[in-house]
Amino acid sequence: MNLLSVDLQRKVYPNGVCAVQDLRFSANQGEFIALVGPSGTGKSTLLNMIAGLDTDFTGQIHSPPDTTLSFMFQEPRLLPWLSVADNIRLVLEAPQRQHDNARFARMETLLQQLGLQDFRDSFPNQLSGGMKRRAALVRAFVTQPSLLLMDEPFQSLDEPTAQDLRQLLLKLWAESQPTVLFVTHSLNEALLLADRVLFLSPRPAKVILDYRVPLQRPRPLNTSALQPLQAELLQQYPALLSGLLDRTSEEFPHA
Amino acid sequence: MKLNQRYVRVLVLGGFLLAWQLLALLLASHSLPSPLAVLETLWQQLVNGELLFHLGITLLRVIVSFTLAMLVGVAIGILMGSRKAWDNALDVLLILGLNIPALVTIILCYIWLGLGETAAVLAVALNKIPMVIVTLREGARAIDHDLLQVAQVYRLSRWQTFRSVYLPQLYPYLFGAARNGLALIWKIVLVVELLGRSNGVGFQLGNYFHFFDISGILAYTLAFALIVLALEALLLRPLERHLNRWRT
Repeated sequence: MNLLSVDLQRKVYPNGVCAVQDLRFSANQGEFIALVGPSGTGKSTLLNMIAGLDTDFTGQIHSPPDTTLSFMFQEPRLLPWLSVADNIRLVLEAPQRQHDNARFARMETLLQQLGLQDFRDSFPNQLSGGMKRRAALVRAFVTQPSLLLMDEPFQSLDEPTAQDLRQLLLKLWAESQPTVLFVTHSLNEALLLADRVLFLSPRPAKVILDYRVPLQRPRPLNTSALQPLQAELLQQYPALLSGLLDRTSEEFPHA
Repeated sequence: MKLNQRYVRVLVLGGFLLAWQLLALLLASHSLPSPLAVLETLWQQLVNGELLFHLGITLLRVIVSFTLAMLVGVAIGILMGSRKAWDNALDVLLILGLNIPALVTIILCYIWLGLGETAAVLAVALNKIPMVIVTLREGARAIDHDLLQVAQVYRLSRWQTFRSVYLPQLYPYLFGAARNGLALIWKIVLVVELLGRSNGVGFQLGNYFHFFDISGILAYTLAFALIVLALEALLLRPLERHLNRWRT
């Protein structure tokens, strides 16, 4: 079932730069989609438009009216003056979640699951980067979203910590199966996590390749299948990460 | 506070009092009563109940005009800090308000509204409001919009957003405005009382002035200064520490 359809004709920044042109894709319910593209191609802008934070564009973004949306930003964006537990409680006390009686029990389970039970009364400033991301993950999943937007959420972490969080994310995703849009510039991360990878062109962004990842789930983090897959993709499209499907042979004489 | 730091504070205060006492003994003048004479007057006034009566009246006026000035100033300050159009429209009036001498506001309020309590409290509040606006406008301009996006994405109610996301970012500015406000307002209240009221510390100071009763003047000043110090130490500072506990 289709959960999200994006049909953007044009998005122009206030300074006149065209960020997006004719960008189209749709996402099925429960699908994990990675968005990969060169930096500065407006991936964050795209997520902001889908989240309704940026409404200044021409085109249409559709999702069912009962869609619950969560957003994990590049920075954890926890409220520094609220403890971990209060940060999570705050989103649970939003008006449309008042009737949800299981919400606080779910919060406890998630805090346990992510190893945050001893940090529930800590303020975000007292936590490491990895712990802050865990708290942000709890906040994102505790509302049982049907659509989860993630904007390079593990970018500034060291690799082992990032791997831990990827594993936790996959586990949480498998449990409740929200549709995920995961922005990253790492092909490796995209192939590891996603069902489908959408490769974006440089500005103005559009989808240049819609790639279905041919790997079974569950995928171990150290899966050996990733390397050949990545190599194969890059051999076929050497400039894929620059957002180009084909480049003239002068630029890549051995491709 | 470290122990020896506290000693230094007490030492400086004691030294000041000692120097004053010595100077008063040396000059033996009616214009400079000794600290002991001031304390004696303070005690007398306290015992016969007059001091507490006038102190209470003044404190009440301070509280009412302070509350009024903060409520109005915070509302307008937030409006101007968050909406460009309002900022542009009200800026001229704000600059005007900042620069009208307190005395002018007080005289005009008394002339237009009569020598009553309303005029007195309003005059004090009008003097303070522009400064609260300036401080809070700064605060509203510094609001972190990334956190407001979090509130929007997770569909927090307007009240939740205000209380848990917006207001905490304004606390430092609110405390700044409250501190300056307290210091300024009680001074203006005394002037207002001197000019047009028949009770309160300002009125009493006027009486003592007529009789050149300097120990009376100093006794009342001391009493009110102590109250302001107590407000700071027992109310503002603990509250601020509580609200700032996340910063450590």
